[in-house]
Amino acid sequence: MPVYLDHAATSPMPADVLAAYTEALRLVGNPASIHTQGQNAKRMLEEARERIAASVGADAVEITLTSGGTEAVNLAVKGLFWARNDVPSSGRASAGRAAPAEGGRVSRPRPRILSTRAEHHATIDALEWLERYEGAVVEWIPVDPLGRIDLDALERALADDVALVTTLWANNEVGTIQPVREIVELASRHGVPVHADAIAAYGYLPLHFHASGLAAMSVSAHKLGGPVGVGALAIARSASVVPLLHGGSQQRARSGTQDAAGAVAFGVAATRAAESLPERVERLRTLQRRMIDGIRSAVPQAELRGDSSPDGRLPGNVHITVPGCEGDSLLFLLDLAGFSVSTGSACTAGVPEASHVLLAMGLDEGEARGALRMTLGSDTTEDEVDAFVAALPDAVSRAAAAGLSDREPVLGR
Amino acid sequence: MSGGVDSAVAAARAVEAGHDVVGVHLALSRMPGTLRTGSRGCCTIEDSMDAQRAANVLGIPYYVWDFSERFKQDVVDDFISEYSAGRTPNPCMRCNERIKFAALLERALALGFDAVATGHYANIVTDAQGNRELHRAAAWAKDQSYVLGVLTAEQLAHAMFPLGATPSKAEVRAEAEARGLSVANKPDSHDICFIPDGDTRGWLGEKVGVARGPIVDREGSKLGEHDGAHAYTVGQRKGLNIGYPAPDGKPRYVLEVRPKSNEVVVGPKEALDVSELAGSRFTWAGLAPADPKTPFACEVQIRAHADPVPATAVVRGGELVVTPDAPLGGVAPGQTAVVYVGTRVLGQCTIDRTVSAVPVDARG
Repeated sequence: MPVYLDHAATSPMPADVLAAYTEALRLVGNPASIHTQGQNAKRMLEEARERIAASVGADAVEITLTSGGTEAVNLAVKGLFWARNDVPSSGRASAGRAAPAEGGRVSRPRPRILSTRAEHHATIDALEWLERYEGAVVEWIPVDPLGRIDLDALERALADDVALVTTLWANNEVGTIQPVREIVELASRHGVPVHADAIAAYGYLPLHFHASGLAAMSVSAHKLGGPVGVGALAIARSASVVPLLHGGSQQRARSGTQDAAGAVAFGVAATRAAESLPERVERLRTLQRRMIDGIRSAVPQAELRGDSSPDGRLPGNVHITVPGCEGDSLLFLLDLAGFSVSTGSACTAGVPEASHVLLAMGLDEGEARGALRMTLGSDTTEDEVDAFVAALPDAVSRAAAAGLSDREPVLGR
Repeated sequence: MSGGVDSAVAAARAVEAGHDVVGVHLALSRMPGTLRTGSRGCCTIEDSMDAQRAANVLGIPYYVWDFSERFKQDVVDDFISEYSAGRTPNPCMRCNERIKFAALLERALALGFDAVATGHYANIVTDAQGNRELHRAAAWAKDQSYVLGVLTAEQLAHAMFPLGATPSKAEVRAEAEARGLSVANKPDSHDICFIPDGDTRGWLGEKVGVARGPIVDREGSKLGEHDGAHAYTVGQRKGLNIGYPAPDGKPRYVLEVRPKSNEVVVGPKEALDVSELAGSRFTWAGLAPADPKTPFACEVQIRAHADPVPATAVVRGGELVVTPDAPLGGVAPGQTAVVYVGTRVLGQCTIDRTVSAVPVDARG
């Protein structure tokens, strides 16, 4: 079996989660049905919602279940933007509502959205869509070389016409933890709601939705051992989000038959992850340190990206760039050697691109191309970490020989 | 693996022959969406997914390698600058020469592979001494040895063409079907992959700009106007819009494109015929002839789908000089002349200059 070092992509499902999932799948009953079977399904679903809510420090009523992290982020970003601009479909002008401007374009009372270029593509693409189709004006707040948002720039950009701020809780590529508390504090001075994409942080950091002061927070089940295709958006009671999906109004901010079995599995995984969090974090930090130290001595030219202090970085995340190597070459060679790792960057239709996160952090494209991300999980062992560190130098020397893909070939003149 | 049927079957055969095969799809554009409409190029999202699916069916690993920067420099930019210089390039050849059997091959060798196998229809024959020769494919109708004619001995040493012995494309499709490859009936790609709608003129116009200029005859008299010299290729008859016939009533053809003066030179069909063509950029596809400075009999082919014609070739004054037995039409600078002896590709040159079979002052 290959050594799995890509837990940030998806995480294996523990046996008890799988058992709960399959058992729940056997039961028939739509949670919206009135009969007993429907009510049984509803009970399972709501118990699961309570578990999920408890795992993130929210109330069950604040949890809208979604088809995954991407939908949760889209619902948060678009839903908050629409709600803050409260646009009726007629476009009729009234106090606090969108007024049609000259040329028929809707003018928004709060067109601005603040975010960073180091967000996940779910956020970046949703924001660009809002700019293109919904008249949003997105302002990209810079991040520092560690990937952390520039709070001074954020403070300067904040004003009453900002619809929302959206930020990662922790970066999915380089693991940098964002100052969520400070972001919320700055935004709240202007009454601006903040959404945090906590998908990468969930299961790796303590999340407390109420204490955070966030308006909305996205999480996903499969990053902590739940099934793929289940996620949740926590929406504060005080916040308002316009739904993306319309229909039977099964949930506060979403229509569609609810996936009771998925929720049950999510709930078991969430409880499990929350209960074991302190020990797991400690264990992952030890393994993370072991891997970073190992890489530093085995491949001294490799550079650790993101925050090197444990408090600033997701436990279990190790992200390096290796000068003169193509991350794709490293990934390929390590894959052949039996290690599943990632270059960390989104891979649209399999076309590799330099990581937008690293570019946002100020790396040039050549440096960014040598990226390699290892993400450790509950099942990762010391032996696996050591085996990886032992395999890395050979991969690096071969990848360096292959060079960067824009290198001029010798063959063919 | 391009996502087409040929490379999928080539991969299947390489697997079956016992090789340790990894499927590689080349990402040649940073913006695959822009190449998605129209012609079936080599780097659409759909093609990448088809290639991956074929690799899955064959049970081989699959990776996408990004050569977009090299492709832009060595193929796309080269194509533009060649046209801007009034020459007629073949970008598929440039891609074989610089990308598939250079950038890709070098990376593959560095990563521990021995060879690059492609779905080209051509054969590699190894002689008694172990020297590799490039030959035409068994299926002459599909033969692609012409576009591989740029490969050198070093490149051929690490090339594999598993489809070379296949009698027909139909057989490859049938084999793909039998192997459960979903690309069995996928249409062939044609046109230039980086020009999405096949409109080469329009695409070049965008890249190099459009400047009106004169259409002249060989004496330099102005006959009309054109919308940009880049849009014309030697041998072209249509689209001249001169408006009145030649004195002899015969159609006029583009004889020459002069980008510096932005002139398009036209004249009668006979004036297209060349008695000699030559290029200083030449290579041998394998062992060079023992004495290339002594003229030798060969056949020359000047386009991918042209018929080969009997000729004599010689290396003289730093050029490969080819003299067709009979005057040859449709030869444009920038094209590649591939020299064959029988089915064997001997070498090639990029045509720098031609000698007209009918000089201006010899006309009646």
